[in-house]
Amino acid sequence: MGLHICIPILGRLTPKKVGYFYSNILDSQYFCTEIETEMSNVTTASTKEAKWWNGGKSPFDVEYGKVMMWYFLMSDAFTFGAFLISYGTVRFSTNGWPDPNKVFKSFPFAPEGVNAPLVFVSIMTFILIVSSVTMVLAVHAGKMMDKKGVVRNMIWTIIGGIAFLSCQAWEWNHLHHEGAWWGLNPFINADGTASTTNFTNFFFTITGFHGFHVFSGVVINIIMLIMTLMDKFEQRGRYLMIEKAGLYWHFVDLVWVFVFTCFYLL
Amino acid sequence: MSDNTHDHHDVIAEIKKVTIILSVLTIVELILGFWMIDITSEGLRLGIKGVIVILMMAKAFYIVAYFMHLKHELKNLIMTIIVPLALFIWFIIAFISDGNSFKNLRNNYDRRFKEQSTIQVKQEEHGAKHEAAGSAHGEKATETKKEEHAAGEHH
Repeated sequence: MGLHICIPILGRLTPKKVGYFYSNILDSQYFCTEIETEMSNVTTASTKEAKWWNGGKSPFDVEYGKVMMWYFLMSDAFTFGAFLISYGTVRFSTNGWPDPNKVFKSFPFAPEGVNAPLVFVSIMTFILIVSSVTMVLAVHAGKMMDKKGVVRNMIWTIIGGIAFLSCQAWEWNHLHHEGAWWGLNPFINADGTASTTNFTNFFFTITGFHGFHVFSGVVINIIMLIMTLMDKFEQRGRYLMIEKAGLYWHFVDLVWVFVFTCFYLL
Repeated sequence: MSDNTHDHHDVIAEIKKVTIILSVLTIVELILGFWMIDITSEGLRLGIKGVIVILMMAKAFYIVAYFMHLKHELKNLIMTIIVPLALFIWFIIAFISDGNSFKNLRNNYDRRFKEQSTIQVKQEEHGAKHEAAGSAHGEKATETKKEEHAAGEHH
């Protein structure tokens, strides 16, 4: 059963020869049409399934760099996924866990000991969503060859990224002053029992890794802004690099959706 | 050019729509989070957490499909991204259930592990405030905690 499901996928995605081999087993007519097509050099309707991979046509119809950015983001998704799944596994294998509403309850400039759970992190979340929206607008402006629009929206995106990083720096600093760090956990479990350092280790590692991605994204966006201002993309006639930077920036926002939910809400 | 402007309005309308959807989903998540603070029933908490996870997946879908434009790409590209990521379904089920099983095994057979999770520790509410001055004090707090820990073990 599993083999039957596999074969058509292989037939489509692997190089030509493998495609021939498998599809030949499945459908002998296919093989014949292939030869006919090659001989007469005409694409027929019956080879619609296969013709994406027969050359002469871009099967993904996106630029090379963009495909590679997608594959990089996929690998990055596996890295973050591995982090978050190991966090989940450790949490499920432990009897107690600190209550996020008791740990993350502070707010900048608020009096010490203020109880404002979720408030600060929701502001961080909205900052990242808004900067993602301005990034889409920058990408769209690039497609319209609207340099002014690109510059304006890129500046907003960069400001959003820096604002998010500042929020995170404040939060880390605050937690560090409360005695939390890698290997140090001043918080107790929600049920009042002693907690392990797993909580802080995972928190600082995963939010730190995400924060590093945000930092890289801000650097990339600044480079894109400078290139736009230097008319690099105008000369090339297209703003493709903005689209690639945009993909990366949206991915950073996407990861935050998961990190935010896993650490602050669940 | 008129075709281009028409397209332009469509794209802007889509961005606006997705922005509103993402904001609403986030606000609903936050409302559920605030609501959960005062809920003690484990079953209800689990249910709310399930809803939050579903909302999280919806947000992820909207970001990937519209902001990252994947929905408007060719099916070939969509599949080359989505099919490998389907591994996560197995990863999550396998690892989470393994963690859960490890907890159950330890609770059944590791007496010390079980005892550790029943000893109550006092929360140093005031201690945390004093530490605001520097990190060195933070380490001290953990040491006090460790002492309490050790004291608990003696019982």
